[in-house]
Amino acid sequence: MQQHHDMGGLPAGPVERAEQDHAPWEKRVDAILRLLIDRKRRIMTVDELRRGIEALGPGAYDELGYYERWMASIGEILLEKGVITVDELGRRMAEVEARWKEAAEQKLEGAQ
Amino acid sequence: MSRETSAETVNIVPHVHHDHGHPHPKQPDLEDQPVRYHQLMAEAVGELLIEKGIIAADELRRTIEDIDSRNPAMGARLVARAWVDPAFKARMLEDFNAAASELGIETGAIPIRALESTPEVHHVVCCTLCSCYPRMVLGLPPDWYKARAYRSRVIREPRAVLREFGTIVPDEVEVRVHDSTADLRYMVLPMRPAGTEGLSENQLAALVTRDCMIGTAVPAAPS
Amino acid sequence: MSAAFRIGQRVRVRRAFPPGHVRTPFYARGHDGVIDAIAGDFANPEELAYGRGGELRRALFRVRFAQRDLWPDYAGPPQDSAVIDIYEHWLEPVEEGSP
Repeated sequence: MQQHHDMGGLPAGPVERAEQDHAPWEKRVDAILRLLIDRKRRIMTVDELRRGIEALGPGAYDELGYYERWMASIGEILLEKGVITVDELGRRMAEVEARWKEAAEQKLEGAQ
Repeated sequence: MSRETSAETVNIVPHVHHDHGHPHPKQPDLEDQPVRYHQLMAEAVGELLIEKGIIAADELRRTIEDIDSRNPAMGARLVARAWVDPAFKARMLEDFNAAASELGIETGAIPIRALESTPEVHHVVCCTLCSCYPRMVLGLPPDWYKARAYRSRVIREPRAVLREFGTIVPDEVEVRVHDSTADLRYMVLPMRPAGTEGLSENQLAALVTRDCMIGTAVPAAPS
Repeated sequence: MSAAFRIGQRVRVRRAFPPGHVRTPFYARGHDGVIDAIAGDFANPEELAYGRGGELRRALFRVRFAQRDLWPDYAGPPQDSAVIDIYEHWLEPVEEGSP
């Protein structure tokens, strides 16, 4: 069975050459990965990152952006290894969401 | 290239319910769209890793700075030096990482190889399985290099893909596509264009675009 | 680990389709090529992908394939080729005169 990411030789449309700059959060994901795999830490490998991305399945693989796939994989692997727990990650994501929402509302008020 | 669908969108930017259009303010660090789930995760994971002492905020900052500092001009410098200095070129073909450090470019542990295009062989690099790319000398890869069309087609119909880039390789020249499937990374050393004899090394480097070092373009002499 | 193959030797990519993290592309399986270079020994990514296998290193080979052998409808000239980095455990020697 040809795995979804293993796409060499499959038909596809023209190459879309328009490029976008990388957002700061994307570079942060890249940097986090580089630190997690470095000699000092060796918490995970780039191979685990890739395996995690491949395991996302066709739907997620095609719908998520490049660094979203990275983050999905890194998050899963850190949970598998017990570096972070589901509970603390869930709480922190909720906290960040609330924090950003409040900051956005404050800016909106400031603009009015 | 458009951003992906909003399947994973978290509606962070508050929706103000009144009739007249009111531009939503941008948060620092956010794009012109609501924040997506994995961006939230990235922030949360980064914070947790720092709080746990697994990474230092300073390390993270320096790593991002290093990412920002890598760009195709580095590879272009190496190409230009190889063009003017045959002994350097020989060293670069033998041990690319060592040759790069001669020019102050530290490439780290991942071995990079230069692929020298000649009148007989034109090299093109891809990674059909993911996005392996010589980041340490070219910076982050362009979106198209990581996307489906290039990854699936360049290995199978390289000449058609090169034509889309405006690059025609004569039939007498072999097109050799390299699929970066393992730990090695590849940078094309393109041929020096004719009519560049009088140029300085800096001027030569300016002719070498990123795509010339992927193999989807060839350097052109200044008109 | 000594190199299992020498430069110029004809090899065949094993026709196997395991699940998991495999770095031998689907399009190469079952095809014949020639050893272009010996790339050194590396830890096996198939095992590293699951957080193990750092110690047992595998020899990596650059294998060159004729595009007209890889793709039945290849439209380019006969000398066009593809080079793939493949681990030794995915390669078998091709005997002279074998199909």
